[in-house]
Formats: sequence, structure tokens, C-alpha cells
Amino acid sequence: MTEALVSVRDLRVLFRTGERTVHAVNGVDLSLAQGEVLGLLGESGSGKSVTLRALLRLLPPKRTTISGTISVAGNDVVAMDEAAARDYRGGVVSMIFQEPMLAFDPVFTIGEQIAEAVVRHENVDRAAGRARALEMLDRVRIPSPKRRLDAYPHEMSGGMRQRAMIALALACKPKLLLADEPTTALDATVQIQILLLLRELQREMGMGVIFVTHDMGVAVEVSDRIAVMYAGRIVESGAVRDVIRNPSHPYTRGLLSSTVHGSMRGKRLEAIPGAPPNLATAPTDCAFAPRCKWVADACRAGVPDLAPVAPGHVAACVRLGAAARA
Amino acid sequence: MTAAPAANAQTQTAPATASRGYWAGVGRRLVRNRLAMVCLAILVLIVLAAIFAPYIAPHDPYRGSMIRRLRPIGTDGYPLGTDELGRDMLTRLIYGGRLSLFIGIVPVLNAFVIGTALGVVAGFVGGKVNMAIMRTIDVFYAFPSVLLAIAISGALGAGIFNSIISLTVVFIPPIARVAESVTTQVRNLDFVDAARASGAGSFTIIRVHVLGNVMGPVFVYATSLVSVSMILAAGLSFLGLGVKPPEPEWGLMLNTLRTAIYSQPYVAALPGAMIFAVSICFNLFSDALRSAMDVKV
Repeated sequence: MTEALVSVRDLRVLFRTGERTVHAVNGVDLSLAQGEVLGLLGESGSGKSVTLRALLRLLPPKRTTISGTISVAGNDVVAMDEAAARDYRGGVVSMIFQEPMLAFDPVFTIGEQIAEAVVRHENVDRAAGRARALEMLDRVRIPSPKRRLDAYPHEMSGGMRQRAMIALALACKPKLLLADEPTTALDATVQIQILLLLRELQREMGMGVIFVTHDMGVAVEVSDRIAVMYAGRIVESGAVRDVIRNPSHPYTRGLLSSTVHGSMRGKRLEAIPGAPPNLATAPTDCAFAPRCKWVADACRAGVPDLAPVAPGHVAACVRLGAAARA
Repeated sequence: MTAAPAANAQTQTAPATASRGYWAGVGRRLVRNRLAMVCLAILVLIVLAAIFAPYIAPHDPYRGSMIRRLRPIGTDGYPLGTDELGRDMLTRLIYGGRLSLFIGIVPVLNAFVIGTALGVVAGFVGGKVNMAIMRTIDVFYAFPSVLLAIAISGALGAGIFNSIISLTVVFIPPIARVAESVTTQVRNLDFVDAARASGAGSFTIIRVHVLGNVMGPVFVYATSLVSVSMILAAGLSFLGLGVKPPEPEWGLMLNTLRTAIYSQPYVAALPGAMIFAVSICFNLFSDALRSAMDVKV
């Protein structure tokens, strides 16, 4: 592995709202090489979007406590001041959002919004910003990009808006792209187009991508590596093939067996019983234990560490062998 | 819900035609609204008459005559009659528009600027700042607007300048409230996060994205306040707290003519009719603007 583009060590995020506290992320370690695509997989509330926002420092500072270190392309994300953060966001790292309708300001045209970001980061005039916007719209294969430049977000379809969103995110040639379930709000046919486009642009521009999703199929489609999150921790990570062929954490196995694939007609989907834990306090043992088929006393002893399953493939389960044998 | 099909049609025809701007669409919908256009025409007429008063008014608005007092409507040379000092009513109504419109619109403009600023800051910063600003504003909001205007004007003394100040204070709270509520909604939308994710600072976000989205609804709301402002201003003048005689102003004219209500009721009602006409036109136009811009206040 070449020098890491992203390196996250023991990231913890704590939200405090009034009397409630939520331990959203509880010790995440993450690394990503230049040009690599990491699929961050997990159900709602597993802390995957929070991790992503922490990487951009987009979390509301008043209510959030972040600890641990985040380093992206040499920037210390946790310690940097607001001015440095502004250069960092959009310049080094940018983000694609889940809902392309909501991610554009309805009162400005697509072109204006892309140009605005370019002008901000590259100290060029509006004409140059507009030219870049046109180039980007062309690159994300929006038909008749010249006309689309002056279109308002409501005048475009969902897939087109997501393409425009990608154009906006990539306009300043970031080194790292964060994608927060960018295809969840789209039709299945549009979904695959967007995924292919992202993959292609990623190869062309050689950037790192962290792709958050709850869809196993999507993660497999775009990623080089997969990290599975549960209750604010990474419970398993490894190359896509290793994780899919040899899921070692019971949660990953549960996720895989609860997805639809061929030759399943007439059979009931296997679901994971129970619900994700309440994160009012940080977990002190294996957070998945209450829902786990193979639970044992050892699971309650403490938070399991990530242990190697195979080279480059780790899982956080004290009974690594048990699940595999079952 | 005329906006939704229109937007649909636009989406479908978009590849064939160049995209039309938001304001072009608003203008088109507004022009199609006949009632709004009639109101606009009346308002423009009154405003133009007020601006060019010296050229079109038939008489001197200050010179009266004891022999010609309280002539009825339709008197030769005095089409709208004369007032209690024998001054031409038509002339005074035309000149009166100058002050009445001025003290109707200026306080709302002032309050629009100040109230929007307060509301946006309160809504965007949130927390304790929001608490401090909005609760202070609630204190003012708790008074009936007429009472508040009279109290402030009474404390500051009569005069045009003071009544503008008092009316500005009256209109800041409602405008700030609207601005605050819209800002709070906008602040939590994804595009604010998206703008931040692409490197915009708080100032840029407020200036571009928050104001861009807040201005519309607040502006529409402010236009509906102009009629209230005119009525309040006329009320202040009527009570002797606003414009001083012999200045022509509709509220004041209403006051001085009230003694003549039994001898010349129609003449005495004319200034009131003007206030009514202008404020209803403003209200109807503001309603039309609201539906054309498709904003919810």
C-alpha cells in the first residue's frame, strides 16, 4: 500500500443535545490509499454518515465532541482552524449527498453554484468558473451541458441532478471524495449509471473515494475494500472479495444473508433479529451480542478488537471461528 | 397550485427551450392575474400623481378661501369640492399622497432591512443568540400594533420623522419572526451542508444561500405590511401625533374634516376612500405576488 491518503485513528464522536447524549462513533480506525475506493457499509444509525461528516468537519461544533485523529492528505482535520477548514472542504475533500434535490440551492442555477465553488477555491473570475462548470457538466455526461448550465435544480430529473452534484463535488479536483448514499434516492436503472460514472471518474482522476451505503450490492459494485460498521465501530474490513466470500463477523454474515439474490424465489429473507443498540452510553462489550446467534460469555467481557482473519482482512469478534463453523 | 403544473411543463420542455429564469416565471404569472394588474395600475397612477403633483394639481394645496368653504363634490372648478378652509380637495388629495405613501412605505422598508438582519442572525446562529433576539422581539410583539405606535410616537413627540421611527419599531418584530422561521428551515437543508462541504464560510452561506431563500418570503410579507403601515400612519396623524397641519396628508385631512361630516359627508369621506383604495390595492397585489412566487409565509 502506498502512503495513506486518509488515516483515521480511534475516532470518537459524541453528540450532546439537552439531556441526551449519543455515542455515535466509538473508536473507528480507517485508512485509505490514493486512488482507492472504500465502501462503508452499515444500517441506519451505525455511525457511517457521522464518520463521513467528521472527515469534512461538518458536524455542528456546539453539540459535538470529537476525539481521535483524522489526517487527510497531510491535513490535521480535528485541529485545523475555520479558515483552513474552508480551503480544505471542497479543495482537498468534497462530498456528494444522498438527496440531490435538497443538495442544490433552489434559487440559483446549477452553473452558478458550480462556478461559485470554483471561484472560491481557485481565485479565478466568474467566467473561468463558468467555463469549468461547463467542462464538468460535460464530463459527467449531462446532455447539452451549455443549456443545463442555466437550469435551476427543479428543472432537472433526479439522475441529472445527481450528475450535477458530482460535477459540483469534482469541480475543484479534490483528492478525496466522500459519497453519502448517493444512489439511495434514485431509480435502480439510474443508480447503476451513476455508480459506473463515479467509478470511471474516480479512475480518471485517481482520487480516493469513501462510499457510504447500506446496500451490499452497491458496495460490491464500486468498492475495492469494504468496511462494515455497527454501533459506531468497524466490525469487519477487508478486500471486497474476501469479505463477501468469507464474512467473518456475525453481523456481516447477517447482512449478506438478508440481501436478495437469485434462486431465492419462495423463500423468506433471513433477517437479523432485534434492533441496533441505543447508544446513550458507549458500548462496553460486543454491541452485536444481544442479536447474535453465536453469543457466548466471552462476548460480554469487553469490546472485541479487530483480529486478522486473513491478510488484509480483519474482524472484531471473539468467536471468529464459531460463526464460520456454524 | 398553479405552480406545480407550470414547473412540470418546464421540465418537459426544457431540452427544447432555453431555461427560463425564476423571475421571468413570476412575472408571467403576475401579468396573467388581472386583479393584480388592476391594483398595480391604480397604485402606479396614485404614485405618479403624487410625484408629479405640482404639474397636475389644479390649485395651490395651502391657499384657502373663507367664501368657498365645504363646497360639495362636482362644484365648478373644484371637482371634488373644498375642505373646511376652502382648499381644493383634489389638489390636497394629490399632494396628500406624497406624505401618506412616504410614511406608509419607508417604515416598512426600514423594518424590512433591520428585521431581516435580526431574524437571519437569530435563525442562523441559534441557541442563546436566538433566544436573546427573539424573546426581546416577542416583548414588542406582545403589544397591539396601534397601541405601540401611539406609545412610541407619544413619547418621541409629533412629527413625520418620529412617526417613521415608531412605525419602524412596530414592524420589525413581525418581519424578524418571518425571517427567523424561514432561516431556521433553510439552515437545516442539505444545500447549506453542501455549500459548506464545498468550502463556503458562514458569511458566504448567509449572504448567498440564506438571504437568497429568505428574501422572497420576507419581501412578500413586507408588501402586505405597507397597507397596515399606511393605516397606522394615517391613524397617528389623525390623533395629532404624525404630520402637522397645514401639510396635506390623508389621515390628517380625515381628522380635520370630521367636523364637516354632517354638512358634507362625501367630501369628508374622500381621504378615507383614498387610504382604503391604496391599502386594499397593496394587499391584493401582495397576495398575487405571494401566489406568483409560490411562497408560504
